[in-house]
Amino acid sequence: MIDISKETILEMYKRMNEARAFEEKVSYFFARGMVHGTTHLSIGQEASSVGACMALNNDDLITSTHRGHSQVIGKGIDLNKMMAELLGKYTGYCKGKGGSMHIADVDAGNLGANGVVGGGHGIAVGAALTQQMKKTGKVVLCFFGDGASNEGSFHEALNLASVWKLPVIFYCENNLYGMSVPQNKAMNIKNIADRAKSYGIPGHIIDGNNAVEVYNRTKEIAKYVREGNGPVLIESKTYRWLGHSKSDAQIYRSKEEVEEWKSKCPIKQLRNYIIENKISTEEELDKIENNARESIEKAVEFANNSPNPPIETITEDVYA
Amino acid sequence: MSEQMKEMTYKDAVKLAMVEEMRKDENVFLMGEDVGLYGGAFGVSVGMLEEFGEERVRDTPISEAAIAGAAAGAAVTGMRPIAEIMFMDFTTIAMDSLVNQAAKMRYMFGGKAKVPMVLRAPGGSGTGAAAQHSQSLEAWFCHVPGLKVVVPGTAADAKGLLKAAIRDDNPVVFVEQKTLYKVKGSVPIDDEFIIPLGKGEIKKEGEDVTIISYGRMLPRVLKVAEELEEEGISVEVLDPRTLVPLDKELIINSVKKTGRAILVNEACKTGGYLGEIASVISESEAFDYLDAPIIRLAGLDVPIPYNPELESAVVPSEKQIRDAVFKVLNR
Repeated sequence: MIDISKETILEMYKRMNEARAFEEKVSYFFARGMVHGTTHLSIGQEASSVGACMALNNDDLITSTHRGHSQVIGKGIDLNKMMAELLGKYTGYCKGKGGSMHIADVDAGNLGANGVVGGGHGIAVGAALTQQMKKTGKVVLCFFGDGASNEGSFHEALNLASVWKLPVIFYCENNLYGMSVPQNKAMNIKNIADRAKSYGIPGHIIDGNNAVEVYNRTKEIAKYVREGNGPVLIESKTYRWLGHSKSDAQIYRSKEEVEEWKSKCPIKQLRNYIIENKISTEEELDKIENNARESIEKAVEFANNSPNPPIETITEDVYA
Repeated sequence: MSEQMKEMTYKDAVKLAMVEEMRKDENVFLMGEDVGLYGGAFGVSVGMLEEFGEERVRDTPISEAAIAGAAAGAAVTGMRPIAEIMFMDFTTIAMDSLVNQAAKMRYMFGGKAKVPMVLRAPGGSGTGAAAQHSQSLEAWFCHVPGLKVVVPGTAADAKGLLKAAIRDDNPVVFVEQKTLYKVKGSVPIDDEFIIPLGKGEIKKEGEDVTIISYGRMLPRVLKVAEELEEEGISVEVLDPRTLVPLDKELIINSVKKTGRAILVNEACKTGGYLGEIASVISESEAFDYLDAPIIRLAGLDVPIPYNPELESAVVPSEKQIRDAVFKVLNR
């Protein structure tokens, strides 16, 4: 068992609350038609995403997904620039050209969210190849979902990473549904981690709603991967509380099922753990939660006060 | 350009470009199916494994999506990968990595990424390999902003353009020509011989008609042009060499000079790149100089058939090229 420091656990709690507050705000905006396009929210998956990123070193890399807000906030991000990007502003991470599905900060190791299910698999393999060839000692964590594990790119990437022994963690956030289709209609196995066997790599199942478990297990696995043992597949079992995207009426699942998972709220679980283990106090945790909300309000203010991209930037940055 | 030239095949020119760039820059490496010990399906990389080792000449599993995806991921994190796709037809399996990922990263990330990768793929018919190993799919890639597309038609161009492609900070689709692999040409041995992407070349000067062609059809067009020269018809042959970015100025100026344009490639006609070149001419001031309608000679809109007579009848013949010249000259 890895001994998680107080500082780390509180930082994790902070980022999870920031992710929750960020998405609640985005959800509010979308419900009122105040933002453009669509968005995929990860409320309920904060422990899975933030815990995994917190277990990495700061200079490790990730590839993110269409449901990536918690992932990139977990990696450590400037919330102002992120909210500005959601609102399509010039001060956003992608100068307003990417939006929710393409948040990236390549220099900080976030190789980009991805609008294509399974689109990050190959990129993660290539990024890991760079780390191996340049002997940087860094690892790459590739986020994807249960749905993406049925893509051909999943197979090609895991196989290639395995034969080249690349430093990549394939991190499957299994939230039980690929849009509306439940896992049991999309694959004939219960545990996606079982797929690791056919690539000759370890597969691990973790409780994606338990931040401490996510952190400890991912930390341990990252160490194994960093030591040159090749890739690992992690299946993080979790659940998204909201619909697939803003237009989802969720006719494919029961309210009871959703409520049951809400009772396993990752943020509440972490809070209880912190209190029970006397790591911090209710007051301190309340303060962290309030600060997270304030940070989001400030980010909204920053975004609202930011300019739209000048129209002449439309043809910029197609080519280097 | 250096005076020092060497006769070599198109294939060896491709290899020379890779070898020179790999000697100069440790970030450049080659990966693909059977590129190592086997030397590539067409033998382009024979001997490279011996010089650079398995770390930099990497055999991959048969996984085109992963090859192209890994190239994009390696490129965006600081390497300069050259990925070989065994036949251009198999780029279909790599399309997400190329079209949705590599081509768009820079733009959708607000200019904060670069993807310096080359995807080499041999295209074209004429080898009896039939419908799934013979296509000329360059127009697909030209339709994707963010990609550059190069189709060299001579050994020297293959070397100079590939070196430029490797040094370019963008994803470049480098379409080699299977039937030109064994064709010899005079190639500068200067290891700084670079042909900038986006620069076409007048391969033969002429006054009466401009034929714009590239790739495998280029030598065919040049042969016809030389024959017509003896018959008193002066044909200018223009090779754009790079389809994206396209040397529009060279094309417009040539057509303004001759007043007639024939466009020749082997890719099928509908939705093909010749339509784009024709439009470039029509939308420019060269349109006012045209003395005849633009003629497109392209491949038939059919999958490439196996039977050798059928196969060769799919692409423009020397006779068709001659006839087109006479037609635009009203003879």
